[in-house]
Amino acid sequence: MNERYILSVLVEDKPGVMQRVSGLFRRRNFNIDSITVGHSEKKGISRITLTVAGDRKVLEQVMKQLNKLIEVIKVSQLNMEESVVRELALVKVRTKNEAIRSELISYANIFRARIVDVSRDSMIIEITGDEDKIDAFIDLVKTYGIIELARTGVTAMIRGAKREVKK
Amino acid sequence: MLMKGAEALVKSLEKENVEVIFGIPGGATIPFYDVLYDSGIRHILVRHEQVAAHAADGYARVSGKVGVCCATSGPGATNLTTGITNAYMDSIPIVALTGQVPTIMIGKDAFQEADTIGITMPITKHNFQLRSVEEIPKIVKKAFFIAKTGRPGPVLIDIPKDVQEKEGDITFPDEIVIPGYKPTIRGNINQIKRAVKLILNSERPIILAGGGVILSNACEELIKLAEMLLIPVVTTLMGKGCFPETHPLSLGCIGMHGRKAANYAINDADLIIAIGCRFSDRSTGAVSLFAPEAKIIHIDIDPAEIGKNVKADLPIVGDAKHVLKDMLTLLEKSKKKENTEWNKKVDEYKREFAPFMDYDEIPMQPPRVIKEIMKVLKEDDIVTTEVGQCQMWASHFLTRTKPRTFISSGGLGTMGFGFPAALGAKVAVPEKNVIDIAGDGSFLMVCQDLATAVEENIPVVVAIFDNRFLGMVRQWQELFFDKRYSSTFLGEIPDFVELAKAFGARGIRVTKPDEVAPAVKEAFESEKVTVIDIVIAKEAKVLPMVPPGRGLKEMIG
Repeated sequence: MNERYILSVLVEDKPGVMQRVSGLFRRRNFNIDSITVGHSEKKGISRITLTVAGDRKVLEQVMKQLNKLIEVIKVSQLNMEESVVRELALVKVRTKNEAIRSELISYANIFRARIVDVSRDSMIIEITGDEDKIDAFIDLVKTYGIIELARTGVTAMIRGAKREVKK
Repeated sequence: MLMKGAEALVKSLEKENVEVIFGIPGGATIPFYDVLYDSGIRHILVRHEQVAAHAADGYARVSGKVGVCCATSGPGATNLTTGITNAYMDSIPIVALTGQVPTIMIGKDAFQEADTIGITMPITKHNFQLRSVEEIPKIVKKAFFIAKTGRPGPVLIDIPKDVQEKEGDITFPDEIVIPGYKPTIRGNINQIKRAVKLILNSERPIILAGGGVILSNACEELIKLAEMLLIPVVTTLMGKGCFPETHPLSLGCIGMHGRKAANYAINDADLIIAIGCRFSDRSTGAVSLFAPEAKIIHIDIDPAEIGKNVKADLPIVGDAKHVLKDMLTLLEKSKKKENTEWNKKVDEYKREFAPFMDYDEIPMQPPRVIKEIMKVLKEDDIVTTEVGQCQMWASHFLTRTKPRTFISSGGLGTMGFGFPAALGAKVAVPEKNVIDIAGDGSFLMVCQDLATAVEENIPVVVAIFDNRFLGMVRQWQELFFDKRYSSTFLGEIPDFVELAKAFGARGIRVTKPDEVAPAVKEAFESEKVTVIDIVIAKEAKVLPMVPPGRGLKEMIG
């Protein structure tokens, strides 16, 4: 059965490491839904968060193949229920008139989003949350006309004091 | 210690006990070659970089050491890639050194610049680009360590010209740390115990041995295990030679052109003990029809191989030698098995499907040629093969009894592999006879390196099974495409005898069965590079065969 899985991958912070990871997905015929990367808590080590679509067999292969990359230090699967899963989106919306502007402000409040830029006829809204929340918000405001949309892709962390366990 | 990058590089290679490098110099590697000139490392100048990589590969397969090849930037590096991929597919430890344009020129589309790192990422176990002189010793050490440990494979080091020329303060490390690289060597003992139980409770067990058994030098342990429990043994193409094919328990290779007895036996088994193999499609036939009644114990050092192509009922991740040793220790207490019904059935298969080789026709039938070659071949001699029909005739009909004596391009199926691999093999073991079982199509892809063989005095024998066709494709066209021989006839040129002579090699033509063995014997004794043009029946087929998409039991011919 096709499902989505979140993988957290610790890698050595070296040139080309993202290409190794993304190249592996293409070569092995795996699908990445999203990929994000940034520094981790340790110097010289980055954390890549991947969302992968496939069945358990695909997931197992993805994890094993990732582990084979020399610069990959650890691969863990994050259980959706036990993890905080977040994405950030910047949405630039057309605001033709005052009424639309105030409607958008109230939607932003309901979604706990922030208005980060306002011009005469547009507005940039910053929203964080899980993908469903962001999808819902985008769906809501798209009737006003989205000028530009930038989404970061998923980043995630396991809840509580424990660290990821290697699977 | 203050020294230039090129010196640090050569010193690092000497510290890894590199004896020989196959390569061609170019603009981006001149500083390296300048230092190499005074070094004790032998450099073998080849005539095409693909040959350098295959020769390093052949050298590694025969010697068990890491093979080294070298090419300049751009076209030199891209020419290496086929050979690197070949080594990657067959898990052969080689280190490839490539020149690169100076660091400040990288990305500017400079003369002879190619993105070697980007190009070779998916075909190497790992690759490095040197960015400073100081890191050279550490990275060379890492490269050799990665190439030869765990599941072996090719590692590439890309070396910008300025890094070769600059001076730096160099120290040579005794140890290196690679945080993300820790191959599992010992198998999980509980899994091994379970495996032993499965084996002892099975009625129709079979061992499937792959190239991993050779790579981990586990052949003795394999023989002990098979003999202790009287388990029949089949191998993959890559495993050929890991178990003596003259042994009563040996059934030969499985696969598309495997022995019928081997394919039938594995099909009937209730337990497969798979060691160091990856269940490639050419070995298993249609995977949905593969060994329908068998449970599978899969022993492999690479966890990603387990469950990749077939489901393993009992996986054991570890080095074959260690796992088999642990297994043997556990088995010591169990009593020796008697001949079972299963053994009798397997022996019947062997008798019924013994390969027939006694053809008398002229032009010759290939199985007869193989039989004649075997009359001269000693068990320590090295056989390499090209790819296609010649390779399959060799793997099917030729008997090999020792590991590292049958060298063939398994995964990638690279035409033009056998001759360069023979050069590498002969350099590794000059005291042994080395023969390349070639096809005319394959040999033509690399024949320019007769120049290397003659100039460097590497006396190998090339036995061309000459049918003037791209024979394997022709065979498929005959069987599955109504004999429409689209682009498979190669024409009646060249004259291989004259071609050999033009390079200063010996050239002989044989047309009759009783001429084959004397020609090969004479070639070995001459200690000169010899090309034997063996004229075979143009439309001879490799049979039996599992048609594509069928199960191993559906062999034709």
